[in-house]
Amino acid sequence: MKLPNSEEIVEDLAFFDDWEQRYQYIIDLGKSIPPMDENLKTDDRLVRGCQSSVWLVSHDQNGTLQFQVDSDAVIVNGLLALVMAAYNDRTPAQILDFDIDDYFKQLDLERHITPTRGNGLRAIVARIRAIAKAKK
Amino acid sequence: MTSPSGILNSEQIRAQFPILHQQIEGKPLVYLDNAATTQKPEAVIQAITDFYTQCNANVHRGAHHLSDEATRRFEKARDTVADFIHAGSRKEVIWTSGTTEGINIVASGMAQRLQSGDEVLVTEMEHHANLVTWQQACVRSGAILKIAPIHDNGALNTEAFASLLSQNTKFVALPHISNALGTINPVKELTALAREKGALVLIDGAQGVAHGNVNVTDIGCDFYAFSGHKLFGPTGIGVLWGKEKVLQDWPVWQTGGEMIAKVTYECSTWGELPNRLEAGTPNIAGAIGLGAAIDWFMSLDLSAVQAHEQALMASALEQAEAFEGLKIIGNAPNKIGVLSFNLQGSHPADVGFILDRQGIAIRTGDHCAQPLMRRLDVPGTARASFSVYNTLEEVDALFVALKKAQSMLA
Ligand SMILES: Cc1ncc(COP(=O)(O)O)c(C=O)c1O
Repeated sequence: MKLPNSEEIVEDLAFFDDWEQRYQYIIDLGKSIPPMDENLKTDDRLVRGCQSSVWLVSHDQNGTLQFQVDSDAVIVNGLLALVMAAYNDRTPAQILDFDIDDYFKQLDLERHITPTRGNGLRAIVARIRAIAKAKK
Repeated sequence: MTSPSGILNSEQIRAQFPILHQQIEGKPLVYLDNAATTQKPEAVIQAITDFYTQCNANVHRGAHHLSDEATRRFEKARDTVADFIHAGSRKEVIWTSGTTEGINIVASGMAQRLQSGDEVLVTEMEHHANLVTWQQACVRSGAILKIAPIHDNGALNTEAFASLLSQNTKFVALPHISNALGTINPVKELTALAREKGALVLIDGAQGVAHGNVNVTDIGCDFYAFSGHKLFGPTGIGVLWGKEKVLQDWPVWQTGGEMIAKVTYECSTWGELPNRLEAGTPNIAGAIGLGAAIDWFMSLDLSAVQAHEQALMASALEQAEAFEGLKIIGNAPNKIGVLSFNLQGSHPADVGFILDRQGIAIRTGDHCAQPLMRRLDVPGTARASFSVYNTLEEVDALFVALKKAQSMLA
């Protein structure tokens, strides 16, 4: 399955009116993220949340940043797909300009990106922005 | 609060907990995270409010009415604790900020006494509070940390425990009840084994106090530590109980006001128990709140409380065993209060998310017991933990919600 882009996701999620459908959509997204090669899951690529672990791999391709992510929890993986839709295949400047909090607010998922949620999402966003900053 | 038949009146009990009567995500709150912290009855909230509205003052210091009244309530709470745990005397009850601080007082004192080659024995089911403390005491002193293994079902391997004890064992620390698995340890028997070798014994009572009567004299241990917040009391207050003859020359923990006898620029002498281990202004409101919590708990029929909790546990276990694709983590024959489990193929965090959306509060993760999770070969568990105000209907609601989680995550 081709992962949707951020506009498509905002549209898709707006379409559902109950939590079950919304979470089912996120779960299905999470399952469709291609799993990361086990030997890429090294400690230096690990972003620890207190509930689940998240790995991040990045490389630069002609000025755009390519990311690969994986989590051991499927809902976190689905939320990561939302983050990827916003950040993957963008230039460092585009990444730094993107308002992730507003995006999650539009998705009505802002509670998942608050610093108190121990799911590692905040930490991933911080790491992606740090990578973009270093490239700029 | 008990009907003549000795059955707990859950409705009357629930009515005393204002926080329980709310909706989460449009569904009635089902609070099953009691091993993390319990909710507070009105009696506790009122005792704290009364203290601040009627007699807030510093204790032990003032020659004025408010201070006398504050001191009276504060010290009365100490008596309440001493009675509750069957301490030898009120001097043996030291106020702490919680279990963690209590264990640290003991471990840091012990670190000054341990010598290289000495051994400290803990178990495979420790909370980090009773593991990292001893690990660090051993690092500082050159002592050796030994770990008593568990069986696959989460019960302590008592034969292995016994065989790890030797003349070199100077200290043994173990939990009364495991927070991650609910296993009840035979603390009296284990304490007797350790004391035969001359070791001092600390029981981590964080989970032990909330399920009935604790009798430290009967257990025979040297120290027993617990937190108020897991016993219907406020956060930030706890108790370290220790035998008077052990505590009276225990290395002081913090130094400063209240704990001294005489101070010059060159040196100081320490005060008497319990003050010598209580430097600075204590958590007065917290102690009074904890006293009220114990008074409240003791007003219940404790055998009915235990019967009620056993009924909750039995129902949870029965439904868990019948639930296809659910694996119970830790099923020791003697357990209470905790059902740890995983749904096959699902991460515990995902299960927790979906339960949360249905108003059901459980905890997921490693439960501050990373080595234990590694031993059980799980990334963590989902943990439902029960208290006196939970009902059989809430246990049923947990399993209905779990069915939904399972079908959504499948
Ligand atoms: C068995 C056990 N020991 C120690 C602690 C630490 O208690 P506190 O964080 O209140 O100091 C806990 C709390 O989770 C516990 O369950």
